[in-house]
Amino acid sequence: MALLEDFSVGLFFWQLILFILLLFVLRKFAWKPILGAVEEREKSIEDSLASAEKARAEMERLQSNNERILAEARAERDTILKEAREIKDKMINDAKSEAGAQAEKIIANAKEQIQNEKMAAVTDLKNQVAEMSIEIAEMVLRRELDDKAKQGVLVKDQLDNFKLN
Amino acid sequence: MQIKRFGFLAFLLAFSFSWAANASNQHGDEHGHHEEQGEKSIKEQIAEVKEHHLKDSHSFHLWGDHASGTSVEFPLPVILWDEGELHFFMSSAFHHSENQTVESKGSYFRLYHSKIYKTDAEGTIHYDEEHHATNAKPIDFSITKTVFSTILVGLLLLWLFGSVAKKYRKDLVPRGIAKFMEPLVILVRDDIAKPNIGEKDYKRFMPYLLTVFFFIWMANMIGQTPLGINITGNIAVTLGLALITFFITQFSGRKDYWAHIFWMPGVPYVMRLVLMPIEILGMFVKPFSLMIRLYANILAGHVVIMSIIGLIFIFGAWGAKGAFFGLTFFLSIIELLVAFLQAYIFTMLSALYFGSAVEVHDEHH
Amino acid sequence: MEIPAIVGAGLIVIGAGLGIGRIGGSAMEAIARQPEASGKIQTAMIIAAALIEGIGFAALFAV
Repeated sequence: MALLEDFSVGLFFWQLILFILLLFVLRKFAWKPILGAVEEREKSIEDSLASAEKARAEMERLQSNNERILAEARAERDTILKEAREIKDKMINDAKSEAGAQAEKIIANAKEQIQNEKMAAVTDLKNQVAEMSIEIAEMVLRRELDDKAKQGVLVKDQLDNFKLN
Repeated sequence: MQIKRFGFLAFLLAFSFSWAANASNQHGDEHGHHEEQGEKSIKEQIAEVKEHHLKDSHSFHLWGDHASGTSVEFPLPVILWDEGELHFFMSSAFHHSENQTVESKGSYFRLYHSKIYKTDAEGTIHYDEEHHATNAKPIDFSITKTVFSTILVGLLLLWLFGSVAKKYRKDLVPRGIAKFMEPLVILVRDDIAKPNIGEKDYKRFMPYLLTVFFFIWMANMIGQTPLGINITGNIAVTLGLALITFFITQFSGRKDYWAHIFWMPGVPYVMRLVLMPIEILGMFVKPFSLMIRLYANILAGHVVIMSIIGLIFIFGAWGAKGAFFGLTFFLSIIELLVAFLQAYIFTMLSALYFGSAVEVHDEHH
Repeated sequence: MEIPAIVGAGLIVIGAGLGIGRIGGSAMEAIARQPEASGKIQTAMIIAAALIEGIGFAALFAV
């Protein structure tokens, strides 16, 4: 195939002119707006992605803040509860010990009173016995005066009776 | 989706059909010498159609019938530059006179085998021993079929991308045709320009790369239609494109680029002297290979498809006709791929050359 | 006897075909090995194939 024979100067001339014309016209009316729009869109996508990322980070920060506050509140509640429990325990223990002491005191009082009563009773008894002894002695003395033998029996009986008492 | 796919196949089928029909009709060639020679064998007719299709012509032939000698075509303007004078007339003028000559400003021109020669009033053509015409030829600046088709492609691209640009003016979201074209624009930017030229410099070359990509692709695709257009299969067209790539490369060449050509750093002095002519040669071989690659691929594709269509008419048996029809269909699909691939390769290699021109070497070898 | 130039062109076309075949095959293997680098491999493959193709065409036009 002969290359030079097929070559047409006119076609080359027109092709060059038309192509360069096309290049400049397309550059002004097509490529600039199209590439500009594409780039602008890519930039806006990038920006919105970045802002979304920022918002997400902010959200995370807020959330972690919230969690921290929640944890603090929970800890505070725990300490308050613990304190309350301690106070309650203390109060119960105090009450218990006080009641014990009171009871002991009452018992001690009662014991003292019983002792006192007992002493009083014994004193009374002693007095009675003394009176009785005197009465017996009186009776004996009277009988003695009547019968000596009988006096002895009586004293003996009386003594036996005392013993039985 | 199913319907769409079917529609695409039907479209391709219609393509092959109409081309085959067109090829069979194109025998009604308008140039008078066909009738003079009387009946021709079908093989000669096919060879003629092939040659006619691959060559440029001065009128736009649509269809015709060889048997009745009719053809439907529209004339294109002829512009000639001869001895300091500009001649302008329509190509239909060649058919008005008996001997296919046109008189303009005292000179006579005749259309002979798709070329315009200067003749006397009778339209005599002188031949040398090998039956080549020896008449003087004016410089032919005619708006030929190829030039006309180039204008058509240019207008198509303007309309297409003008409307795409308009779509973006309203909204940044691609709609309609922009949805289809945007991935291709981004393909050129992200797959061709950025990796080969570099993030810093690629923007300057984008208008050229986009224009050359879509121009070649569109021109290749319009060559696939049954109109018989062959733009990128012309060496003059591809030379024009390759030259622009060549000049852009040289004008954007930085210090490092020229240093690598004339005084290769990092090699012994003797080697530098050896490398210099090779590098200078390489400077010209690169656009030359661009030119030849596109031209030969498209031309070869057209020749092969035309030949196989011709075989449909040579073989009488219906089975053979069907087989060659299928082969034509298959090759047409391959040609659609080649149309895209050649545009891609041309753009990619141009970007590669631009990249080597603007590259800055930080490291010292 | 003189060998026609077309025979030489045929030889070159065979060579170019083998070369492009090898490039394609190697690219396939490379992509299979490293699917994530398929874009870069494809680009390199197309460029290499295009250069060999250019030689093939040069031979054809020399005929």
